[in-house]
Amino acid sequence: MSRTSTGLLVGLLLALSPATASAQQKAADPAVIAKGEYLARAGDCIACHTAREGKTFAGGLPMKTPFGTLYTSNITPDPQTGIGTWTSDQFYQMMHNGRFPDGGLVYPAMPFASYTQVTREDSDAIYAYLRTVPPVKQLNKPHDLTFPFNNRSLILGWRTLFFREGEFKPDPTKSAEWNRGNYLVEGLGHCGMCHTPINALGGSKQSQAFEGGLIPMQNWYAPSLTSNKETGLGDWTIEEIVDYLRKGVSAKGAVYGPMAEVVYNSLQYLNDDDVRAMAVYLKGLAQGGAPEKASTSLPSAESSLLLSFGKSIYDRDCASCHGATGQGMPPDYPPLAGNQSIQMVSAVNPIRMVLNGGYPPGTSGNPMPHGMPPFAQKLSDDEVAAVVTYIRTAWGNRGEPVSARQANELRAATLN
Amino acid sequence: MDRFLPLTALLALVALPIDAARSQTTERAPDTMAARVLACAPCHGAEGEGTSDAYFPRLAGKPAGYLYNQLIAFRDGRRKYPPMNYLLEFQTDDYLKKIAEYFASLRPAFPQPVPPVDSKEVLARGEEIVKNGDAQHGIPPCSACHGPALGGMEPGIPGLLGLRAAYISGQLGGWRYGTRTALAPDCMQIVASLLTEDDVKAVAAYLSSRPAPADPSFAPRGSLPMPLECGSEPH
Repeated sequence: MSRTSTGLLVGLLLALSPATASAQQKAADPAVIAKGEYLARAGDCIACHTAREGKTFAGGLPMKTPFGTLYTSNITPDPQTGIGTWTSDQFYQMMHNGRFPDGGLVYPAMPFASYTQVTREDSDAIYAYLRTVPPVKQLNKPHDLTFPFNNRSLILGWRTLFFREGEFKPDPTKSAEWNRGNYLVEGLGHCGMCHTPINALGGSKQSQAFEGGLIPMQNWYAPSLTSNKETGLGDWTIEEIVDYLRKGVSAKGAVYGPMAEVVYNSLQYLNDDDVRAMAVYLKGLAQGGAPEKASTSLPSAESSLLLSFGKSIYDRDCASCHGATGQGMPPDYPPLAGNQSIQMVSAVNPIRMVLNGGYPPGTSGNPMPHGMPPFAQKLSDDEVAAVVTYIRTAWGNRGEPVSARQANELRAATLN
Repeated sequence: MDRFLPLTALLALVALPIDAARSQTTERAPDTMAARVLACAPCHGAEGEGTSDAYFPRLAGKPAGYLYNQLIAFRDGRRKYPPMNYLLEFQTDDYLKKIAEYFASLRPAFPQPVPPVDSKEVLARGEEIVKNGDAQHGIPPCSACHGPALGGMEPGIPGLLGLRAAYISGQLGGWRYGTRTALAPDCMQIVASLLTEDDVKAVAAYLSSRPAPADPSFAPRGSLPMPLECGSEPH
């Protein structure tokens, strides 16, 4: 809680020291600044460090966690309230090791467990860029955490369990493209923050990297990137993955929920080579083998009734866009037949799409997306359960049936 | 295992037409605004004409500048309604402008006004505020900015006819309680805070009882001398 005041004190001391002054005066190379801006996009800094209608990078965005609300910090070069007095060493220390200039521990909502892989050169470029953005005088808002999580020293325990410091090391047995993809996905992209199961301590387990999980507080399920049954990308072409990441729509499916934010703020700005490298790496994560058959706990009589009820709703409300046999009209109306996002073990996402609808993000590659209507008012819990069960099991899909109770619970999910 | 047989059988049945369907999947979604904004239809009607739900407003024929301001306000959270905030969160200014212009251009028929359920006195009080305001309490008449015919003024001031009482009172309440805000100076926030609960009810009752014009038109930009400065209606 005392970070602001200690930070301020440290800042004042640093401002008086000649070493810092010379570091600040040294104008960075425009090419380095441009590279830093690009890398800041890849790291999606803006998504968390800019509040709604707030000044860019001035922080103040509330981040709800199971432990309370964190407020993101001001990373503009304002010397009093931002990071204007930080040196590039101190910036790297934060990115690489999750520590403030005074040695204080950073809450792991800041993805330093991923950013630790970022090279010193790239960290310096981001630092150089952040020094050029307009400084904003805006004090950081104190975090609002519940006991005992308001005790920063608990982070030490978290770090022991979940944090492995270390810069990215290329794998010499793989292609340069694969290594670039690995670096972006595991480092700046911090994909694992959502796509790896989060345990009760808010940590993600290396042993389960990219196996997917429910995103706390948001009630969206971040699918596994390793299992073909989920969003394992083994069956996708590189082109389809590239479209999905950059445009937000592809022949196989569209982005929605929290992933729409990532494409909107970050991935659409990456160049072709980098997105392609990420696609190559992501495709390589997928574990081969045909997806296993689903097993269901619903008695067959009940599930066949549910299915015929679901089909009648589908034919009435869904088929005009998604097609009588779930083929869709890709990329704008995604196919449902064979769509992994519908068949995942967790039915949270398909239920939410039916209830809330949604738009893929507006991107330079798809500036005027087609939207899916919300059906929360039109369909009862039973109808939602029936139609989601139908799309999860029709046309060779292998998902499990869902219950009206599951549908009902998600009506209260946070939307925004 | 055999308890899954009916399911398997059904899957086998529906699986048959897939090959036929796949061979013709080059069909694309219609490249039209109507197809793009189908997501709005369940609440606002396919042509923005509104639905039977009184809380969801008609969009068609409102000034594009007004609709655009609302879309931006929903996207950025300045106007709070989670289903709208969610749908618009990741759309660009350009696209929201196109959506606004699209709905502004539509002219579906207005619904018949609902016969008023309120007393003559309530309607008369509403008419008084709408046409003459309430000088004693500093309340300007609605018609000062929304036009003598209440059709609105370009670019940012909406018409007030063809809306239901529940929606109108909901919006006036939203301004009073801060869930609906506009660019500063937020003139409607000022006006709404001057109204009593009874005033809100009376204005909503009167406006919703008026027949909408067959051919709605906006007053031209700057043609009405507005008594208040409004951030959403640049001078």
